[in-house]
Amino acid sequence: MADARQRQDPPIQPGVTVGSLGASRIHDSAARHVAGEAVYIDDIAAPEGLLHAYLGLSRIAHGRLVSLDLAPVLAAPGVVAVLTAADIPGVNDISSTHRHDEPVFATQTILHHGQPLFAVVGETRQAARHAAALALAVYEEAPPVLDVAAARAAGGTLVTDPLKLERGDVAAALAASPRRLKGSMTIGGQDHFYLEGQIALAIPGEEEDMQVFSSTQHPSEVQHMVAQVLGVGSHAVTIEVRRMGGGFGGKETQSNLFACVAALAARKLKRPVKLRPDRDDDMIITGKRHDFVCDYEIGFDDAGHIHAVDAVYAARCGWNADLSGPVTDRALFHMDNCYFYPAVRARSEPLLTHTVSNTAFRGFGGPQGMVGAERFIEEVAFATGLDPLEVRRRNLYGGTPGEGPGRDLTPYHQTVTDNIAGEVIARLECSCDYRARQAAMREANAKSPIVKRGLALTPVKFGISFTATWYNQAGALVHVYTDGTVMLNHGGTEMGQGLYTKVAQVVAQSFGIGLDQIKITATTTGKVPNTSATAASSGSDLNGMAALDACETIKTRLVAFAAQHWQESPDSIVFRQGFVQVGAREIAFVDLVKAAYMGRVQLSATGFYATPKIHWDRKAGRGQPFYYFAYGAAAAEVAIDTLTGEYKVERVDILHDCGTSLNPAIDKGQIEGGFIQGMGWLTTEELVWDEKGVLKTHAPSTYKIPVASDRPRIVNVALLEDAPNREPTIHRSKAVGEPPLMLAISVLHALSDAVASVGGHRVCPRLDTPATPERVLAAVERVRTEAGL
Amino acid sequence: MRETLRFLLGDELIEIAPCDPTLTVLDWLRLERRLTGSKEGCAEGDCGACTVVVGRLDRCRLRYEAINACIRFLPTLDGCQILTVEHLKRPDGSLHPVQQAMVDCHGSQCGFCTPGIVMSLFALWLNENTPSVARIEDALAGNLCRCTGYEPIIAAAQRMYHLDEAEWFDRDAVADTLRALADMETLALTSPKGRFLAPATVNALADLVMAHPQATLVAGATDVGLWVTKGMRRLDPVISLGRIEALREIADRGDHIVFGAMATHAEVRPVLASLSPQLDELMRRFGGEQVRNAGTIGGNIANGSPIGDLPPALIALGASLVLRRGGEQRDIPLEDFFLDYRKQDRREGEFVEAVIVPKLPRDAEFHISKISKRFDEDISAVCGAFLLEIGRDGWITDARLAYGGLAGIPKRALETEAALIGRAWDDAAVDDAILALPRDFTPLSDMRASAGYRLAMAGNLLRRFLIETTRPGVETRVAGLLAEARHG
Repeated sequence: MADARQRQDPPIQPGVTVGSLGASRIHDSAARHVAGEAVYIDDIAAPEGLLHAYLGLSRIAHGRLVSLDLAPVLAAPGVVAVLTAADIPGVNDISSTHRHDEPVFATQTILHHGQPLFAVVGETRQAARHAAALALAVYEEAPPVLDVAAARAAGGTLVTDPLKLERGDVAAALAASPRRLKGSMTIGGQDHFYLEGQIALAIPGEEEDMQVFSSTQHPSEVQHMVAQVLGVGSHAVTIEVRRMGGGFGGKETQSNLFACVAALAARKLKRPVKLRPDRDDDMIITGKRHDFVCDYEIGFDDAGHIHAVDAVYAARCGWNADLSGPVTDRALFHMDNCYFYPAVRARSEPLLTHTVSNTAFRGFGGPQGMVGAERFIEEVAFATGLDPLEVRRRNLYGGTPGEGPGRDLTPYHQTVTDNIAGEVIARLECSCDYRARQAAMREANAKSPIVKRGLALTPVKFGISFTATWYNQAGALVHVYTDGTVMLNHGGTEMGQGLYTKVAQVVAQSFGIGLDQIKITATTTGKVPNTSATAASSGSDLNGMAALDACETIKTRLVAFAAQHWQESPDSIVFRQGFVQVGAREIAFVDLVKAAYMGRVQLSATGFYATPKIHWDRKAGRGQPFYYFAYGAAAAEVAIDTLTGEYKVERVDILHDCGTSLNPAIDKGQIEGGFIQGMGWLTTEELVWDEKGVLKTHAPSTYKIPVASDRPRIVNVALLEDAPNREPTIHRSKAVGEPPLMLAISVLHALSDAVASVGGHRVCPRLDTPATPERVLAAVERVRTEAGL
Repeated sequence: MRETLRFLLGDELIEIAPCDPTLTVLDWLRLERRLTGSKEGCAEGDCGACTVVVGRLDRCRLRYEAINACIRFLPTLDGCQILTVEHLKRPDGSLHPVQQAMVDCHGSQCGFCTPGIVMSLFALWLNENTPSVARIEDALAGNLCRCTGYEPIIAAAQRMYHLDEAEWFDRDAVADTLRALADMETLALTSPKGRFLAPATVNALADLVMAHPQATLVAGATDVGLWVTKGMRRLDPVISLGRIEALREIADRGDHIVFGAMATHAEVRPVLASLSPQLDELMRRFGGEQVRNAGTIGGNIANGSPIGDLPPALIALGASLVLRRGGEQRDIPLEDFFLDYRKQDRREGEFVEAVIVPKLPRDAEFHISKISKRFDEDISAVCGAFLLEIGRDGWITDARLAYGGLAGIPKRALETEAALIGRAWDDAAVDDAILALPRDFTPLSDMRASAGYRLAMAGNLLRRFLIETTRPGVETRVAGLLAEARHG
């Protein structure tokens, strides 16, 4: 195994040759990133007359706004205008699920600390920001409901309809199980901490036209929201984004507010307006990953087979529904991870709380569901005395030979047809030397009174497709110019994940041209309409296929033209890498294009793709919500200090399934980055609200995402080889945005394994998340006490 | 008096008057110069997206350091050279080795942190040759990346040394220019937003502080910067101590070391490290590299943070302060300087001139532990620094136990010390000491840790100290320099 210390990646040269699909091409913007030349919205040269908006926020978490005196704000130096709900010509609502529960500006009811009450527009950002603090608001405070326990105690108001998944008779199966246990797990939330905060720049045009540069994963939704708030048609609004400085789900719906306020101000003042909140305000205003409480009852036997699971997933959703419905749904869709439950019932409880409205975050509830599944496994392992990995293996879909059919049905009644979890686990177990290292570690632990080491191998199975089935569509626009260069546009947004690069590779491969001949242009609602959010890991699956469709359309025209022009059979015309084969001729792409133009052939096309096969009946809790599953596994080794709870991840081995990778370097980046982000979620990233509902961890000084030294000392990442997607996805690849985040669950269980060592591996540590040093130490002490040591 | 701010931006001489005293370097670059490569990620010096490299004369030698542009006031860079990510490409437009290595290794994804990371690596490239992975991680501790998981960035930091190393700018010419800019005049900038005063001598400073007792004294601005960017405070006047060479001096006086108040953490670290590897590790974990390059030993103390990573260690060592008021000096023990939460024994017109740190007594046992949620670049939940003097007979003759994070100020645990003095250094003594801790401290719960954990740590760190001093074979630390030694 290679040590990260000695790691020397071979140099990979920029793409100048053709045949790029499946190659490790560098990110299309890499050279601009490193030179500071990549333009983010705050870097766009200020349009003439630019003004700056800033939001005025509620200082209480719950209650009534009795009065709001904005005279001091308006009187502040450099202030041009103030805006409240009364200034909204359209609808004061930006609810992404059209529940009318998310006003742009609060009017009376205050539902969280940091809720926007008004905006101030100034000549400079500083003037607006300083003035925003001068508002005189009078509140009538009500006690805030801040977490799951409090929400339940207050009657459990839900922000959206809950979901129930059920298969088999759970009560009977539990009753018939040889053994049963109950437990509860608290799973923490997570701030996205995209490095580029929320931002929008609105430029008014003639009549009702409005162009908004928005750092968003969902330009079409921003377009609809701006239109709704301004009271104009969507055709009057154009949203554009070339790149985001990170999204991770935090710019799927949360960008709406900033775009709408900027547009509102631009409309009212007839001048361009930019809105960029300070990092602290960004964290105080915007939603985060949902924290959950998972209450469970498991029926199992002495051989570690799970017979039944009954679990409730209660989530702190915050002050409005936002995406909490689909997020909590996805938690339930992943409450099985890779495991078959003969009888199962899972219920969601999306609770209203007076906190930020929790939202999409890489994994979208899936990680929380999966963390619960791994807790079930751990419970059974400790109850039976079996190694957790053995319990995992015994409960995999498909099961062990001879157990009969039927062990492939999920709690939502989709049959798992592409299961490779067992194979992935087996390969990783072998390559990481799990057994020998575990034995050596336990021996060393016995001789080490303070520092204890732990090892865990956990698998991932993640469902690919939006569970909102209609979202599984995409469009693309491809122009071929007469010099043979190509303009590529599609509905997906670039947030660093390399989507633009991958789709350009698809187009380059399709035409047989170099990446340098393709210009990837900014995502804009004016070029490709009615797009879905770039989310659910779907970006390259959907947009790659849509772009390919556009290329195929153009190629079909070119083939027809060439056949006629050169009097060859259409079958003899093939787009090779670097030239077009026309019968015996080898014709340069540019020459074909030029000839086709002279022959009056349309060299521009749109493309479209809709994911096949999928369907979902939410009321019945049945269907095939996922086109396929992405798999992976990770083995993490940690050392903990039993005096302080401090820990270090010493090594991780990862084997991940990208199908046939479109770009192994970019996929590896997603895997490594996702793992570290997941590790942060489960370890040091802790969100703390005080009793008044004020977020106390609202900046990187208090909210701790991983730094370079938090990387495991040894990182071995491998892509599963020779494992094409069984479905005909683009290049037989698999989605890779979200699944790797859940590889980090191995870290939580390695910590748990180390904690368990203080009790002779007899007491289940039940380590909740985030597993901060304080929580690890508390678990150490509890395990010691319960083990009677 | 000089009324014009002068510095180099790349190789361009910039002269500015008037100048807002608290205009940040980042706002100036982005808004006034349209150099938008440097990014604002947090505006508090924690994420590093704004990192620029500053060249300054350090005793006539040119020294390059990464700093956070977001919390640094532009006028404090008088007489310096600012290099941003825009300055790295060679004149022919080709990428600098640091940039090329980042491209080659897939070191950027969203790219927003990338300019800052490039600049941190550039500073490393300028100053060190083939650093270890641990050292690279240190150099990047002040740079957050949310996309990559850092693996390819570390790979780039290794690869950059294998690319063409030719330097494309003339250091000697820069040094000459900066030397020509240096003068002993007090820099006095006025603007509608306030005054900025930067004396060049200690005497001039003493006079200015007496004349403007309400002035905000700025050292590295790693905290004061946030008063402006987060607190939105207007500071007027600002007196910057940054131009006074004499305040940066570090002198070894035999049994003690005198640190000028303006010695930065980066400058202080090797000197403290020579006293104890425990101090080396404490300083390594102090903020990120950019903060260590800007923040000063005097600023860390005078700022009066209840945590202040350095004061517990200095109190345990028995450090004292030299306070200066006009022509008068007084020495006080550091522990007496901290009166109450954010309240210090600093009189009107007085400033911290120097910190006197005694070297460790022979036969002393010394220990520092810092507990934080994240191991590097985090503020401690609890920091404990312990010095024990143990006689030949094995009895503890003196104990100085200082803690941060347990009270409103960094504070000695006098009751706990008393429980140890006169005892053998063993489990029984530690058990009794731990029982005494609640008499010394009633910690609070906050977002960093609960009161219970804090108090438990106060005791467990004493246990760790005992194990480390009496059972050398036992592994006690999992991360950082003191653990890395194990891993080779």
